[in-house]
Amino acid sequence: MIKIENLHKSYPMGKDSLHVLKGLDLHIKEGEFVSIMGASGSGKSTLLNIVGLLDIHDEGSYYLNGQLIEKLDEKKAAVLRNKFLGFVFQSFNLITYKTALENVALPLYYKGVGRKERQEIALQYLDKVGLKDRANHVPSELSGGEKQRVAIARALVTDPKVVLADEPTGALDSTTSGSVMELLKEINREGMTVFVITHEEDIAAETDRIVRLRDGVIISDEKVLKTVKV
Amino acid sequence: MFDLDRWIEMFKTLSKNKLRTILSGFTISFAILLFTLLFGIGNGLKHTFEKAFAGDSQNSVYINAGTTTKPYKGLQSGRKIQFRNDDTKFMNEKFEGDIQYFSPNIQRNNVQAIYKGEQNRYTVRGVYPDYQPLESAVIQDGRFLSVLDIKNRAKVIAIGRLVEKDLFGNLSGMGKNINLEGISYKVIGVFSDPGGDNDERYIYTPFTTFQSMYKENDELDYFGLTFNPKLNVDQAISFGNLLTKLMKEKHNVDPRDQGAIRVRNYAEGTRNVQQFMMVLNIIILFIGIGTLIAGIIGISNIMVYIVKERTKELGIRKALGATPKSIIGMIMLESIFVTAIAGYAGLLLGVFALKSLGDSLEKYFILNPSVETYVVVGATIVLVIAGTIAGYIPAKRAARIKPIVALNDE
Repeated sequence: MIKIENLHKSYPMGKDSLHVLKGLDLHIKEGEFVSIMGASGSGKSTLLNIVGLLDIHDEGSYYLNGQLIEKLDEKKAAVLRNKFLGFVFQSFNLITYKTALENVALPLYYKGVGRKERQEIALQYLDKVGLKDRANHVPSELSGGEKQRVAIARALVTDPKVVLADEPTGALDSTTSGSVMELLKEINREGMTVFVITHEEDIAAETDRIVRLRDGVIISDEKVLKTVKV
Repeated sequence: MFDLDRWIEMFKTLSKNKLRTILSGFTISFAILLFTLLFGIGNGLKHTFEKAFAGDSQNSVYINAGTTTKPYKGLQSGRKIQFRNDDTKFMNEKFEGDIQYFSPNIQRNNVQAIYKGEQNRYTVRGVYPDYQPLESAVIQDGRFLSVLDIKNRAKVIAIGRLVEKDLFGNLSGMGKNINLEGISYKVIGVFSDPGGDNDERYIYTPFTTFQSMYKENDELDYFGLTFNPKLNVDQAISFGNLLTKLMKEKHNVDPRDQGAIRVRNYAEGTRNVQQFMMVLNIIILFIGIGTLIAGIIGISNIMVYIVKERTKELGIRKALGATPKSIIGMIMLESIFVTAIAGYAGLLLGVFALKSLGDSLEKYFILNPSVETYVVVGATIVLVIAGTIAGYIPAKRAARIKPIVALNDE
């Protein structure tokens, strides 16, 4: 699903440039639940931005759903994001003046889905995250956990290939964190590839595979051994 | 290209961001309102001055005779100059191309007019038919004097509206006979005159009739004429000067003698009026442009601010799949819609305000303050375009910002 080979990225900092990603190789298969761990400055957000087509890489190659990402202009990136990717952000990034339902329906608007159909699908996904009864509330009337659930519904509404979550629990307390992770797990069980970025060990431990990043290189990539509860 | 979805999205955005919508709309409305009011009041000033000079034809020339104040060619000063019929002929021949309407004139003041029991005193003028356009007299009933009346020395008169009112009350004077100092004249026409009450208390009779009746020779009092309207102001003034010069020569008057032959050329006044109007027009234009520029700056600032404020929202939309084009399109649609509606509202408000002002400010020299439709519509379009451009530039920049930067914008 996601295949990265020898990925480099640097940011210009005045005269010098800051080399953030120093030749990453990463392969994520369909249906995987992967977390990227690393301290701040390790390059994990940069990696997510590149994977999420929000930023472009300097060197190396990146295949999304088998498609080589290169010479990406804004329009192409927008279409690909809409088609293949769903985003969940640490700060939710809901549009403040739109209701939960409208927020969830927005990606469908850009996909060109008709109004009625948009509403139906959006409501379906809100139901899925357990917020059907909050559909007509604006974000300021929702709790942090509810906001993140709305964001997850929004990420899922276009039926993407990959859900990218950037510190999805960073702004939540541990109880709500747990339920949000539970939701992500459930999505993954239904076959969605989920890609989480976090710096919290216990969040990473909830995923199936942990990739550790330090100073722009991958230092470990291992499967999580699950203690199966009966 | 009508996309209902886009409009619904726009209306939702506008209605959920009321303050922003009202703020930008208000700027436009206010700019157009001010523009309309200032422009209208300026036009009101203009109308006052136009009206002040509208009494007689703007191209009139009057030639009067007096007494010489300087000795010339052996003739003493204090000599009375008398115009005669050969002067009429002389001017007609010399200036045929330059003259539009021309009439010699004999005037008698305080002529007693009697109709049955009613009587009053009026100024009576013996004139040619051309005198009617000269005075800007407008026939209300019947007709003015005709060439035939001149030829036949007909005892007919055209009377001013107020003469009819004085002598006939509310009845019509048409066809009635009025006695002017013992001689009976038939009323053939009633006229009104934009020049005012005095001009509506004149009685006109054929020049020939009047000359034979009172002068019993070929003497006459003065000339009235209008120069060819094709002449520009400078040409008209030099025409007047040449006319003065030739008439002075003809009557052996010193060219520097200002008293003997007096020519009053309206073109000289017209020049001053025109210059004044031009200055007034420039001031009005300046005010108008100034208001528009203020409006343009206002809406530009607001658009820049709005786009800045929405940076994060635009980033979210981009992350969710909005193309740069759709972002620009969205902002443009909103800004054009708001400016057009608000501009139109301001326009209506301004025009309505001017209408309700009406002539209430007449004592401040503001008459019928109004604005030509094309001017306000043009101004509104200018502001809409300005708002569009002002929205386009930041929208384009916003569309180019990487979504990740926009998302991090707090």
